[in-house]
Amino acid sequence: MTIAGDILLRVEHLTMRFGGLVAVDDLSFEARQGEITALIGPNGAGKTTVFNCITGFYKPSEGRIGLCHGDAAIWSELDALTDSGKRGITRGDSGLYLLERMPDYLVTQNARVARTFQNIRLFPGMTVLENLLVAQHNALMVASGYTLFGIFGLPSYHRAERASVEKARDWLNRVGLIHRADDPAGDLPYGDQRRLEIARAMCTDPVLLCLDEPAAGLNPRESAQLNELLMSIGNEHGISILLIEHDMSVVMEISDHVVVLDYGIKISDGAPDVVRNDPKVIAAYLGVPDHEVEKVGAEIGL
Amino acid sequence: MTEGAANQRIDTVAALRDAAITTLLAFGLFLPLIGFHTVTNIRNELELDTRWPLLFSIVAVVGVARLAYSFLLAPWLERIKLRPMATTTPAWRATFGKWFVPFCIGFVIVYPAIIIAATGFGGALKWVDNFGIQILIYVMLGWGLNIVVGLAGLLDLGYVAFYAVGAYAYALLAKEFGFSFWILLPLAGVMSSFWGILLGFPVLRLRGDYLAIVTLAFGEIIRIVLVNWVDVTNGYAGISGIPRPSFFGIPFNANDDGFAATFGLEFSPIYRTIFLYYLILALALLTAFVTVRLRRLPVGRAWEALREDEIACRSLGINTTHTKLTAFGMGAMFAGFAGSFFAARQGFISPESFTFLESATILAIVVLGGMGSQIGVAIAAIAMIGGTEIMRELDFLKQIFGESFDPTQYRMLLFGFAMVIIMVLRPRGLISTRAPSVFLKEPKPVPVDLVKQGHG
Repeated sequence: MTIAGDILLRVEHLTMRFGGLVAVDDLSFEARQGEITALIGPNGAGKTTVFNCITGFYKPSEGRIGLCHGDAAIWSELDALTDSGKRGITRGDSGLYLLERMPDYLVTQNARVARTFQNIRLFPGMTVLENLLVAQHNALMVASGYTLFGIFGLPSYHRAERASVEKARDWLNRVGLIHRADDPAGDLPYGDQRRLEIARAMCTDPVLLCLDEPAAGLNPRESAQLNELLMSIGNEHGISILLIEHDMSVVMEISDHVVVLDYGIKISDGAPDVVRNDPKVIAAYLGVPDHEVEKVGAEIGL
Repeated sequence: MTEGAANQRIDTVAALRDAAITTLLAFGLFLPLIGFHTVTNIRNELELDTRWPLLFSIVAVVGVARLAYSFLLAPWLERIKLRPMATTTPAWRATFGKWFVPFCIGFVIVYPAIIIAATGFGGALKWVDNFGIQILIYVMLGWGLNIVVGLAGLLDLGYVAFYAVGAYAYALLAKEFGFSFWILLPLAGVMSSFWGILLGFPVLRLRGDYLAIVTLAFGEIIRIVLVNWVDVTNGYAGISGIPRPSFFGIPFNANDDGFAATFGLEFSPIYRTIFLYYLILALALLTAFVTVRLRRLPVGRAWEALREDEIACRSLGINTTHTKLTAFGMGAMFAGFAGSFFAARQGFISPESFTFLESATILAIVVLGGMGSQIGVAIAAIAMIGGTEIMRELDFLKQIFGESFDPTQYRMLLFGFAMVIIMVLRPRGLISTRAPSVFLKEPKPVPVDLVKQGHG
């Protein structure tokens, strides 16, 4: 039912203003199912703002962010949904959600978009395993009968909790942290914390995983491990990834599609090879006007 | 080695300088406080009197104490710090840890019997009532507040408001409508919980100091309403003649259908006290049981996650609004239970019992015990409430300091002093490790420096 290549996320005319500052200006792009889409740009380009709009942490000033579950045919109802004023519709297994209308926790709970943060946000005083169980909060909440069954210790809740622990164990095996399961998350080294944050986001059962600079602060070896992990998440689970990254070795190697932002405006959009050679992109990264790119490029031996 | 020894040698000059500075400071501070003294003479005029001997003796004591600190206490503390930390816990500690809680529960269950055996019926009343019941009320309040402050990390300075709601709910409904204690106990809990959630709504967006101020104000609002709404609450005069709980329908009185007569015993007020003791013990244990269970449920983990990082919680699909409100509601519910018990035990309540000092005491118990720790809170409640009560018993001090010496007058001083000492030695409370709620292989306690204190 999920076909790789169908549109999963559609960002249309997204604009975010903070007072007089336009952080994101009329941005439109699409992310496809099963693909890794990278969002790159110089510092201050508005990448994290786009993330915060998609994940509901900011309410965009203008624009529409649609997300589809299951069959892509449901996109045809996008305009009807927009006019209805509802947050989302479901048709059987498929669903369509307007993320700009949802508060942050519902973006994760209903639209199933998970995210990580640029500066890692784990629960440092809780163990690694507990971190992964908190991520399964909503499922466990239902299983515990909104606490009522849980208080009386009904077996149905124990079963659900065991299943959650199994799921957490599975993810810990995949990110190579199983031996640290009972250690406090705050005790892990930086690279492990990054991987744990990704595992925690995956435990929410997302269809789209948004990673904000997952390779920041990693050494080349850890960076390569991260690439592998992200590729396997995409391939084995069919989960789409939206990625902000500065590390070009990560971006160019694993992404299927790259969107480039500069001062809140999209300057390029396409396959990694196309974007890499786009003079506008090079200009933005070198910080020179378009027509000087060749000159400066020659000077620095590009 | 020689270098280490040199570092540890006491710097005499520095110590003397410290002592001199301390003496000067003490002199400056105590000169107006102790050195001068106003007395009213016969013509009702104020006259300035000086108390030089007292002033100088106190200043001298301070100076000598500072010297003693530099030469004796400081090197000792330094040595303790240098001592290598034990990496493995000794076997006796594991055994102790395993049996400590069952032993404590067993002890509190047989406590009245021990007291009666030791002091007889007459003497036992005071020990069961003032120590047993009084401490258990605060243990329960501490455990209730622990949910809000210790687990969810929301600083609540107005907790006594919910205690008051519970007490007045019981007092008014029992007096006006004659409902029994067992109906009103859950009802008082529900009402307090309702007020807890009501307070929760406006403070959802507040953090840190702002949250503390608003909860403080809420506590005062409730108290002032109780003072001023004379038609309902009878103002400062309070409500008296509150019906006392009965033993499943059998009242505790000297009548023929009373408890003593029914069971063929000689009438004594101790039976009611013992009944109340077991009642509050059951309520406190219920609070502990529910809290321990909740910590292992998703809602409890969400509370702790909220304390650790609210934004991360939201990114994981946790509705932080609901989570905060359940924490406020749960905490308030237990305060409501405790409040209705308090009203039933006293038979008289007035707004005087629900001042800010009560909130501060309960919060001090939670902070002292170690936020989030059940055992720590219980120990802190025993130390704080039992400690202040025991001060009344220290009559022998009169023989040392003279007949006019009243140890209870120094309660707060010693209490504050003890608090400072504990906070210096154990800044995060008596029990300052966090026990994980779930584990794969073995539960490892989380060291306290990793655990966040929440945003308020």
